[in-house]
Amino acid sequence: MSDDRIDVRKTYKLLVNGAFPRSESGRSYEVTTCAGAFWANVAQGSRKDVRDAVVAARAAQAKWWGATAYNRGQVIYRLAEMAESRRAELREHVAVAEGIGDAEADAVVSRSIDRVVWYAGWTDKIAQVLGGANPVAGPFFNFSLPTPSGVVGVLAPQNSSLEGFVNSVLAPICAGNTVVVVASEQRPTPALLLGEMSATSDFPPGVFNVITGYTTELGPTLASHEDVDGLDLEGAGDGANDLAIVAAGSIKRVLRPRANEDPSSLRRIRAFVETSTVWHTIGQ
Amino acid sequence: MTEHDRGVHIPSARRVPAVESEAQLRALLTSLSGVDTVGAEARAAKLATRSVKKSTKLAAIDMAIAMVDLTTLEGADTEGRVTSLCTKALRPDPFDPTVPAVAAVCVYPDLVAHARSVLGDAPVRVASVATAFPSGRASLNVKLLDVREAVAAGADEIDMVIDRGAFLSGHLGLVFDEIVAVKEACGASHLKVILETGELVTYDNVRRASWLAMLGGADFIKTSTGKVPVAATTPVALVMLEAVRDFAESTGHVVGVKVAGGIRTTKDAIRYLVLVNETVGSSWLSPDRFRFGASSLLNDLLMQRSKQHNGAYVRPDEFSGD
Repeated sequence: MSDDRIDVRKTYKLLVNGAFPRSESGRSYEVTTCAGAFWANVAQGSRKDVRDAVVAARAAQAKWWGATAYNRGQVIYRLAEMAESRRAELREHVAVAEGIGDAEADAVVSRSIDRVVWYAGWTDKIAQVLGGANPVAGPFFNFSLPTPSGVVGVLAPQNSSLEGFVNSVLAPICAGNTVVVVASEQRPTPALLLGEMSATSDFPPGVFNVITGYTTELGPTLASHEDVDGLDLEGAGDGANDLAIVAAGSIKRVLRPRANEDPSSLRRIRAFVETSTVWHTIGQ
Repeated sequence: MTEHDRGVHIPSARRVPAVESEAQLRALLTSLSGVDTVGAEARAAKLATRSVKKSTKLAAIDMAIAMVDLTTLEGADTEGRVTSLCTKALRPDPFDPTVPAVAAVCVYPDLVAHARSVLGDAPVRVASVATAFPSGRASLNVKLLDVREAVAAGADEIDMVIDRGAFLSGHLGLVFDEIVAVKEACGASHLKVILETGELVTYDNVRRASWLAMLGGADFIKTSTGKVPVAATTPVALVMLEAVRDFAESTGHVVGVKVAGGIRTTKDAIRYLVLVNETVGSSWLSPDRFRFGASSLLNDLLMQRSKQHNGAYVRPDEFSGD
């Protein structure tokens, strides 16, 4: 390769409705490595980007939930396949973003991809575990069925740029929700890579929307948006209380951060599931 | 009355020229200068970039709501559906009495009487499409009967379609006579003439059809039925507004414009309001002279209004479907 070849630099853009727009606002901000050196310019999303993403997520939700659980599992598993084939890139970005060595970053990537597979497996098992047939005093079948809350807004964890992101985003998605996620403010690039992979994994456009920008700017829009049904405050930091109060204005399900979470816990999946109970007569 | 408003000078004493023969009408229409296609599209696109924010936006939203002809023109329309449409027309947001009522409801002729009875004495007008809407393919007698029945049932406004086939094959006299006959059948009711610009192919045709309709006695000229793929566009609206302006300046006769079809968002509506203001002036920014024919637009206007007042984005199903 000759030395005078012009660099092909990457533009980090949002993921909204299966497309990669720059921010509506035209702004971008600088992201550094953990050590403080320049790493990338990233789109600085605005409230209007959040608005557009919510519209896309709302439109996609019926289709995503309308697909069979088996099919949703396949789609999520394909995301794991895509991540596996680009793991070297993920490792580099995780290492830079989190300031860890290659070996440690490699372990993070492996755990993250395994988590994707874990969520892929859950899609067709949620109904058995969270739902059930209820005993009733009468000639009726009585079933409780878990159904998705709808559109879930996620403030992704600020530190765990990939593994935490996967947990925050795929838990609601595997339960049939669609997601608008605000990536880690200072460590957004692994999330953006995973977003790119989701675009080649057969997710219907609008299921998986990634916005980058300032959490303090985007959080209130997401929390107050009346067409968002659930809010994960994992990455909200000190603002979590205020956002939870704002979210109460439209009666959202709110998931608060919890330290030392057991990875096998279903708390994240359960958080954005509604239970509907149906009665059905026994017999002809 | 003489009006000075953004250069539109409406003379008081002039008369609409009498059309005595098809040859004279053809000569009049072909003497109109051609439309600069690139210029019209560039101007419409340029005006669409105007930024309308905050209190101006709120005022524009309320203005647009008051200009809506809330429309249902489906084969599946029922009296129940028209009842809910009329209720919504009177009080678009049940939780907010400060939202103005819309200008009119627009229904098929057989539902006019029902709409009238639901609306009672309220200032919301009843508009009805007539003359074999949307194709306009029926004999003149059938069309006139359609109009008379709608008027007798209580329609304040009649939306007629022109015979595009006749217009495109050059039978201008036929189209003109039909408009004159329909206008007569309307009596005191206002006549809106639908040009169906999506089928007129060129802007020159839109300009000529606009003049033809105005010469025939239209109170409003309207872009589209909403039943063909190409409906209202901003360049077409610009051409029609210019025709209205020129007609007012040369005859002293004020004609309104109604844009219909495909206008679904507040942003679209505000673009049209900007276009009106810049082309014919603020005196046209009134429901007497400008209307939106729409069904889903109203909900978007209500959503944006709520967003402007409360700061939070609104759930679309907060507002009723009809």
